[in-house]
Amino acid sequence: MAGNEPNTRPRAPHLQVYKWGPAMAVSILHRASGDGLAIVGAGLFLWWLGAIAAGPDAYAAFVACIWHDPNPEISLFHQITNILGKVVLVGLTWAFFQHLFSGLRHLVLDTGAGYELKSNKLWSTVVIAAGVFATAATWLYILAEAL
Amino acid sequence: MGDGSHLGKVRGLGSSGHGSHHWLQQRLTALGNILLVGFLFVSLIRLPLGDHGAVLRWASNPMVALALILMVVSVFWHLRLGLQVLLEDYVHGPMRLLALVLLNFYAIGGAAYGIFTIARIALAPVVAGPGGM
Repeated sequence: MAGNEPNTRPRAPHLQVYKWGPAMAVSILHRASGDGLAIVGAGLFLWWLGAIAAGPDAYAAFVACIWHDPNPEISLFHQITNILGKVVLVGLTWAFFQHLFSGLRHLVLDTGAGYELKSNKLWSTVVIAAGVFATAATWLYILAEAL
Repeated sequence: MGDGSHLGKVRGLGSSGHGSHHWLQQRLTALGNILLVGFLFVSLIRLPLGDHGAVLRWASNPMVALALILMVVSVFWHLRLGLQVLLEDYVHGPMRLLALVLLNFYAIGGAAYGIFTIARIALAPVVAGPGGM
């Protein structure tokens, strides 16, 4: 009545108005990671398959483009793509785990379980943390193997 | 949106009646992806990826080639369903139809390219090399 009570009316469903929570984050991350895998991941996979089929020279050119160009006079283009390739591969690793874990969450939600506010928030947080953790673990393993 | 009356359906409004089919296919291909992309992930971690000969020997193993072909089918089917929902949410008007057509070109074309390439790798005559199968 005095005009300073907290507004208890439902708020409009605009992303700009909602207070962000883990469930919202995991929902949009599921879409973002899925679309990244669908376009970048699947495209890179097809490029890799094509390079395998095309033979040793084409495969070496593929590796020199996205991972490491052993040529001492490496072109500026490959200097950029060598960095970009690693960023994309780490990003795809994260997208894979994020989409896998939040996809498993969706399969559980499909059974009607996990909608209580507390457990929903808990498992949304777990999914996000697990995606980051699994990505870090994977790349630490790869770096340890390479050394 | 229309109310799903007969006239509305003729005009392309209202439910198309394919919702539960789409939903179920997305879940079933998700289960396939867990197995098959999981297999690819473990393989990528363990393979010496800089060694073309080793990667070629792995990919031309019949069981591996079969798993990869099944993976391409499951993944491209799943991504077609997922990107379809994305386009339906964000693309409106006549551009939506064009976007959905392009999506189908990408999904079917990409899957065909993938399957053909795996078959080409698996069925190529063994060139040479020590320890080749």
